[in-house]
Amino acid sequence: MKIGIPKEIEDGELRVAMTPAVAERVKQLGFDLVIESGAGEAASYSDDAYIAAGVEVTSDTKALWHDSDILIKVRPPVEHPELGFYGIELLGKDQTLISTLYPAQNSAKLSELAARGTNAVALDAVPRISRAQKMDVLSSMANIAGYRAVVEAAQHFGHFFTGQITAAGKVPPAKVLVIGAGVAGLAAIGAAKSMGAIVRAFDTRPEVKEQVESMDAEFLVLNFKDEDGSGEGGYAKTMSPEFIAAEMALFAEQAKDVDIIITTALIPGKPAPELITEQMVRSMKPGSVIVDLAAETGGNCKLTQANEIVRKHGVTMIGYTNLPSRMAAQSSQLFATNIYHLLTELCPNKDGQIDLNMEDEVIRGATVVKQGNITWPPPAPRLSAAPKSDVSEPLSEAKTAKKEEKKPSAFGFLIPVLIIGALLMGIGSVAPAEFMGHLTVFVLSCFVGYMVVWGVSHSLHTPLMSVTNAISSIIVVGALTQISNDSSVVAILAALAIFITSINIVGGFAVTHRMLKMFRK
Amino acid sequence: MNFGVMTAAYIGASALFIMALGGLSHQESARRGNIYGILGMGLAMAVTIIGAVTDNYSLLLLGLVPGGVIGYILAKRVEMTSMPELVAILHSLVGLAAVFVGFANALGHGVYESVVAQRIHDVETSLGIFIGAVTFTGSLVAYLKLSGKVSGNPLQLPGRHLINLAIVLVSLYLIVEFAAVGASEGMFYLTIITVLALLFGAHLVVAIGGADMPVVVSMLNSYSGWAAAAMGFMLGNDLLIVVGALVGSSGAILSYIMCRAMNRKFLNVILGGIGTKKKSAPKAGAVAEVQGEIVEVQSEEAAHMLESAKEVMIIPGYGMAVAQAQHTVFEITKKLREKGVNVRFGIHPVAGRMPGHMNVLLAEAKVPYDIVYEMDEINDDFPKIDVSVVIGANDIVNPAANEVEDSPIAGMPVLEPWKGKHTIVLKRGMSRGYAGVENPLFFKDNTRMLFGDAKQTVDALLKHLAA
Repeated sequence: MKIGIPKEIEDGELRVAMTPAVAERVKQLGFDLVIESGAGEAASYSDDAYIAAGVEVTSDTKALWHDSDILIKVRPPVEHPELGFYGIELLGKDQTLISTLYPAQNSAKLSELAARGTNAVALDAVPRISRAQKMDVLSSMANIAGYRAVVEAAQHFGHFFTGQITAAGKVPPAKVLVIGAGVAGLAAIGAAKSMGAIVRAFDTRPEVKEQVESMDAEFLVLNFKDEDGSGEGGYAKTMSPEFIAAEMALFAEQAKDVDIIITTALIPGKPAPELITEQMVRSMKPGSVIVDLAAETGGNCKLTQANEIVRKHGVTMIGYTNLPSRMAAQSSQLFATNIYHLLTELCPNKDGQIDLNMEDEVIRGATVVKQGNITWPPPAPRLSAAPKSDVSEPLSEAKTAKKEEKKPSAFGFLIPVLIIGALLMGIGSVAPAEFMGHLTVFVLSCFVGYMVVWGVSHSLHTPLMSVTNAISSIIVVGALTQISNDSSVVAILAALAIFITSINIVGGFAVTHRMLKMFRK
Repeated sequence: MNFGVMTAAYIGASALFIMALGGLSHQESARRGNIYGILGMGLAMAVTIIGAVTDNYSLLLLGLVPGGVIGYILAKRVEMTSMPELVAILHSLVGLAAVFVGFANALGHGVYESVVAQRIHDVETSLGIFIGAVTFTGSLVAYLKLSGKVSGNPLQLPGRHLINLAIVLVSLYLIVEFAAVGASEGMFYLTIITVLALLFGAHLVVAIGGADMPVVVSMLNSYSGWAAAAMGFMLGNDLLIVVGALVGSSGAILSYIMCRAMNRKFLNVILGGIGTKKKSAPKAGAVAEVQGEIVEVQSEEAAHMLESAKEVMIIPGYGMAVAQAQHTVFEITKKLREKGVNVRFGIHPVAGRMPGHMNVLLAEAKVPYDIVYEMDEINDDFPKIDVSVVIGANDIVNPAANEVEDSPIAGMPVLEPWKGKHTIVLKRGMSRGYAGVENPLFFKDNTRMLFGDAKQTVDALLKHLAA
């Protein structure tokens, strides 16, 4: 199948959906690639580099859209400023569009794609499960945005990030507050930390505390009764008014102290929550910087404006909406790698044919139009997990499942007890008293053994085995009582038993001693 | 010596044996525990020799002295890596001794008080011989498998469950017959029972594969105890009963711990190898699930990763024992600790071929036991670990146990190095572990594979660290 990569035409969009290096790997899956001339120029990937990677370069945009089996884009298709079309109308049956599509906001585009009988895979609809992380463009772009936010902040901040003691005096480190510790927030924490700043972070989801602290940043907690802000799919949800009030008080207090605030608070499908009021901005030190990663959906700070840098009350507010595009080479490379992983899922046989297998949870989630039918929204995901805590969640589920399994056994254990009890009664009614005496000793010894052995340290299990082995040779006592028997056969058998058990007794105790001598602090 | 004094001495010996096991709860008290054991055994033997032996002293010495010398030599010479073999062969001796004592008793017994007493006694005798014989051949096969003298792969005869069932039923019938006719007439039955039991023991263990050996060895440990207990019933000797019950329950608990560590049922381990019937179905799923790339690393870079880490976790497996790499591993540990790296060891309960095998090897290499941790103690620490080093282990670090529902090892508790920053896996090649499951750990982004024989690889690592 032929994959077409059109040039991104939206204003300020410098990324490209495929890089030459990744294209080579995509070709190994059996695909042919064609790219619009100049598509990678802004991200420093030249046409020549694509040709060298075996990618066809064309200047005929319309033919590219019309003839490719698969079209891969970074942004949803928009009207072409010069050529006067926006692509979807050129698509037909059996073609597949892979792009970010934001199906919740773009239902008109979905209907149009459906009307033309095409398939569409929305990259932003890839389910947030651990298996799909490698195809999750939102995560990889958020990572870049977080990093870039710190770089932008550093650009507009008039001081060092790191504290220094110089000959000319002491420089205090910058204090950075990161609000929202999702992928972008964590990337920002990492970048700011590595530049030497003191980093604090806040998030409504308490489970990210550990992640924040693992990056050596301080996690701020509210003086507030527990409320978990975790929503479906690892995103945050809207909180109660009391919670928000407590949160705002915390931010107001922090604003006076920190130099840089990076906000990343987004709630899917809703305007960004306003977290930094004008009052707080005014209270910040002159020269402070706010980077608002939520500027596109209204901003977490009242004063930020999308795509602008605003200076007010002595504070610089950065509202760039497309930070990944400002690192186009890096973003394109990660984007293309995500695409590669998606293609390996779509094309499991590596034969250059894609199969939108609706049985596969990941592909089902991402496919928004299939053969002219709108298949969005997908059924609810089987399990929701925060992107970073994917391993622990299934575990805890497994644990609860285990607990449930154990319940019915409360009755089950009675049955063997009853059977054993009945059996003992049966034996006791006929057996001589002497035997019952031995049985008493036996059963009690089993319990003593049970109690004692549970206390044995795991690391001493091998010595335990060798010592129990030695003492089980107590059978020697039996042999000793028989060796004086008149029958020579019996005596010889007993002597053999004594011979064997002596090996065991001496060997077992000696080797145990040898092992235990080695255990040292 | 009268009966009362002997009984008192036996009570003392029983108490000493219980204290011996109790002493093993801590490393500090473990050596004292062993001494209690020796004292208990000495007391029991001395009292019996003085009190019960009246004749055939030369025969007694002929058994006692050479046996003791052989045992001592065995214990001095054995390599720590071959501890499982030694323990297995010693178990077989207990089983064999039980068979001898049982026969001697059957042949040399006097008159019974009543028919019921005679029948109970004969059942005890035949049962003791049966368990002893099973222990004998079972341990012998386990020994042969562990020492590599026969293949460690499970050998499974067609209809083996039926064979086992048939042997048990026929033996039960024969035991009843034996008890009915009495020892003097029933030696024929007793011989058949013994032969069947010998076959049964061998057949049982032949069908079990290499990595299930921890369970098998501890199960046989338990059997040797039950054999001793049965002998105690037969002889009417409470000391044997007490010790047999102690050892029997100890082995049973160890088997249980091992099974739990593999999330498997005891019967399932004993009656069928893991890699047999289950294999075909989940294999496809397991393969499809594993994606990503193997990233190889050279020893120089690996050494550098270790040096620049703050927290290092070493996870040894059977591969380290095979390659005898534990001494070099400790040299590496020392080097790293000198450089201020906090090195610790994480031990999975079923790592190696018998319970606690890894701990013994590390102790032999002089690794201090306070930096060796159990899985449960250490698993929560992995997020803080910079580099985990997996040496010759596979299934015990397989994330599929947590993540893949239909995996044959699903639900088995595993060490979780992938939660740390980096994992270096030392491995000979890309072969699968014992369970036959692909290990997704090797494909994780933060995993680096260091291929080669474990010994040579750790030597190379040490060289680069020293340089």
